[in-house]
Amino acid sequence: MTIYVFYFLSFLAVLSALMVVFSKNPIYSVLYLVITFFSVGGHYLLLSAEFLFAVHIIVYAGAIMVLFLYVIMLLNLNKETEPHKKAIYQFAAVISGGLLMLVLVGALKGADGAAVELGANTDIGMVKNLGKMLFNEFLLPFEIVSVLLLAAMVGAVMLGKNPLKEMRNSNHESTATKVKTVNK
Amino acid sequence: MNDSVSEALRGVPLNYYIWLSTALFVIGVLGVLYRRNAIVIFMCIELMLNAVNLLMVAFAAFHGDGGGQVFVFFVMAVAAAEVAVGLAILVVIYHNTRSTDINVLNKLKW
Amino acid sequence: MVMDLIVALIPLAPLSGFLLIALLNKQLRNWLAALIACSSVLFAFILSIVLFFSLSEDQPSISYTAFRWIEAGNFSAAFSFLIDPLSILMMLIITGVGFLIHVYSTGYMHGDEGYNRFFAYLNLFIFFMLLLVMGSNYLLMFVGWEGVGLCSYLLIGFWFKNTEYNNAAKKAFIINRIGDLGLILGVIMIFIHFGSVSYPEVFAQASTMTAGSGILTAITILLFIGAMGKSAQIPLYTWLPDAMAGPTPVSALIHAATMVTAGVYMVARNNILYTLSPATLDLIIVIGLATALLAATIAVAQNDIKKVLAYSTVSQLGLMFLALGFGAYTSGIFHMATHAFFKALLFLGAGSVIHGLSGEQDIRNMGGLKKLLPKTFATFLIGTLAISGIPPFAGFFSKDEILASAFAGNILVWAIALFASLLTAFYMFRLFFLTFSGSNRTTGEAAHHIHESPSSMTVPLIVLAVLSVIGGFMGIPEALGGGHALKSFLAPVFAASEALAEPHHLSHSTEYMLIGLVVALTLIVIYVAYNIYVQKNKVPAGADVPLTGFNKVLANKYYVDEIYDKIIVQPLAFLSRIMDAVIEKLMIDRIVNSTGRAVTWGGRTLRYFQTGNTGFYIFAMVISIIVIMLVKAFV
Repeated sequence: MTIYVFYFLSFLAVLSALMVVFSKNPIYSVLYLVITFFSVGGHYLLLSAEFLFAVHIIVYAGAIMVLFLYVIMLLNLNKETEPHKKAIYQFAAVISGGLLMLVLVGALKGADGAAVELGANTDIGMVKNLGKMLFNEFLLPFEIVSVLLLAAMVGAVMLGKNPLKEMRNSNHESTATKVKTVNK
Repeated sequence: MNDSVSEALRGVPLNYYIWLSTALFVIGVLGVLYRRNAIVIFMCIELMLNAVNLLMVAFAAFHGDGGGQVFVFFVMAVAAAEVAVGLAILVVIYHNTRSTDINVLNKLKW
Repeated sequence: MVMDLIVALIPLAPLSGFLLIALLNKQLRNWLAALIACSSVLFAFILSIVLFFSLSEDQPSISYTAFRWIEAGNFSAAFSFLIDPLSILMMLIITGVGFLIHVYSTGYMHGDEGYNRFFAYLNLFIFFMLLLVMGSNYLLMFVGWEGVGLCSYLLIGFWFKNTEYNNAAKKAFIINRIGDLGLILGVIMIFIHFGSVSYPEVFAQASTMTAGSGILTAITILLFIGAMGKSAQIPLYTWLPDAMAGPTPVSALIHAATMVTAGVYMVARNNILYTLSPATLDLIIVIGLATALLAATIAVAQNDIKKVLAYSTVSQLGLMFLALGFGAYTSGIFHMATHAFFKALLFLGAGSVIHGLSGEQDIRNMGGLKKLLPKTFATFLIGTLAISGIPPFAGFFSKDEILASAFAGNILVWAIALFASLLTAFYMFRLFFLTFSGSNRTTGEAAHHIHESPSSMTVPLIVLAVLSVIGGFMGIPEALGGGHALKSFLAPVFAASEALAEPHHLSHSTEYMLIGLVVALTLIVIYVAYNIYVQKNKVPAGADVPLTGFNKVLANKYYVDEIYDKIIVQPLAFLSRIMDAVIEKLMIDRIVNSTGRAVTWGGRTLRYFQTGNTGFYIFAMVISIIVIMLVKAFV
């Protein structure tokens, strides 16, 4: 029974991923990506990673995709402004993608022997267990990731600043001359 | 609930998850090669990351090891940070070149 | 222990003198460089005297090994010295005459811009020459052999701004090297046959061999070829007259007293090998005789004061080899010693004349210098008398011995050798009379500044003149009542040879007759020269008068240089031109240039990978991943 759920979710994921790639309108690509994220989240549920499902939806579909949408709308991208590669390059891309698929599947085919293993502990996706593991074995990476997020935040803020506007907003007397010389 | 879930798990071989993850990854690669818009390329990179996440959760489930899921945590955090900074860079590039076309950024040629 | 130190210090003194002067060249004042050089050679001379007196019946030779030098499989050679009567005699001559020439050079080279460099080279030469005679194996001797060749080159081409002098230096070095090829082959054969290159071992083994064996003949001929190059015998003598391009002290030291005698030393050192090879001895006689005669005839027609002396040196060397060829090793060494004295004296005297005449070297422009350069005149006269073989001067005793052994061996050889000796007397006195007698023929600026040389130059002349007078007394033959000190001194060195082949002896009455005949003939020849050049005041024709007949052939040195040029030099030059055009330009240049072009081409092609296009880069990455995975899967 659940195999059908698996098939449905996989089909949905692959189809929407393909639509992400082949959509003309970038907004449509974003929306299709959201659908992909939801289906992958569904897979997480199937694999008893409930907490991860929640986090996945919140972070990816809720935050990252919204960010993408904001940027696309900020840059006013639509179907007409979308650049396209030449047909030959697109063909080459598909071919190499297919080749990569073949190679990967071929490489992993040899691992057929690893038979289906069933996890004895299906509680691993529970918040409590995840939290225990996170704060015991993976404490250092956890802390470092927090620093990483801080760095990313600082970086994004710095990149987002408009240099000329900033100078005007700060001290008028000292920078006014600077602005004048820069403009000259 | 858990028992039914584990019963449900019995039905899906690991290989299927491997192939699904590979398929998603390859579609991500295809997207990166296929599109010229920088933002869509970014989205395809996210797709690739998701494929890997899926694989790790699958293996975590099949081995009963929570470590895979914790690692997915970190991947998600890194992805979030990366998206933030990457999009900020993209916006700055757009300010300078008035376009998100990656073919415009070719000054490092010979 | 003290002995070892003394032995080590003897070559070290001139070597350190060289290093000091060479490394501090520009910082040293001229007088300081001269002081360092002269004192180091004097120091070596004093130590040699000490060693001379320490050799005795109980200690006939001193051996000292400085350090183990080469150890390769079967082959081992040590840096070891052997001090025995032969080497100590050579060392005394080298350092003694060398010191006098050093002192002379302080006056002669005064004001020259390369003053310090000159003394550095002189010291280096003394060092290498000492290595040559002190070494107790063939390898060390060869080091010294090559080293003196190098110093000869450096000193002949001392005034290097003149291309002709450079060519003369090159000629000397190259002809030396041709001879050295024979020497090297000889040493290699010695090692192959005897398993060692050390003198004691080789000579011990050799004395057990039979006479006339092919291998010994080959070895001795090859060694003699080396001697031919170094001691200017036919056919490798043409470098010596050209070597007169160097400063006169160089000609005195290297090309009269020491370096050219290295060949004589070597044959004397290897006397046991040569005694066992009668065929080689005959060859030496022939070549020595031919050289003596040829050079003497050329010298008669030369007009440059130094060229006459150069050919005289070649001729006297021929006589020395003649003595060695007859097995009279002591006579050869004796003549070498006395020749060192009077030839150095003659060269230094010629240098004094040249100095006094501000560089004039053509004897047709000299004359009447008797009053103007009195000390030079007196010493030069003594030297001329010595070389002509007038008793009781040094040359008489040594030459008389050589002629005596020649007479005992082969009358024809004796006759030709006598003729060469008479020619020697003739051209030497021709030189003397044209230079000093009659009226002065100098013209131009030089005529106003004719002056006697300073005492730094005349004192060595006087010392050498004294040696030329008394030097013969170390070898007064028994026929004249002497004990022949030199013979007994050198006896241990030649003992093995004497045991095998007793050199010919003449009865005393025959010897008296010979002496009387030779001296009488010499006096007649001198009178003839006096007649022509003083009484009849004949001056050789000037440079602008064309020569005819035999005179022309002699003046042009039998055209030997031209023959060598046609037969050897031109074909080699032609061959090298072909090599340059074909192999160098077509093959090697092509290979090297095309390597460069290939690299440039590769770079230019690979450049296109850097398109700057991000999409292309990603594509390349994906392809690379695929390729790597494929390679990992299948390889």
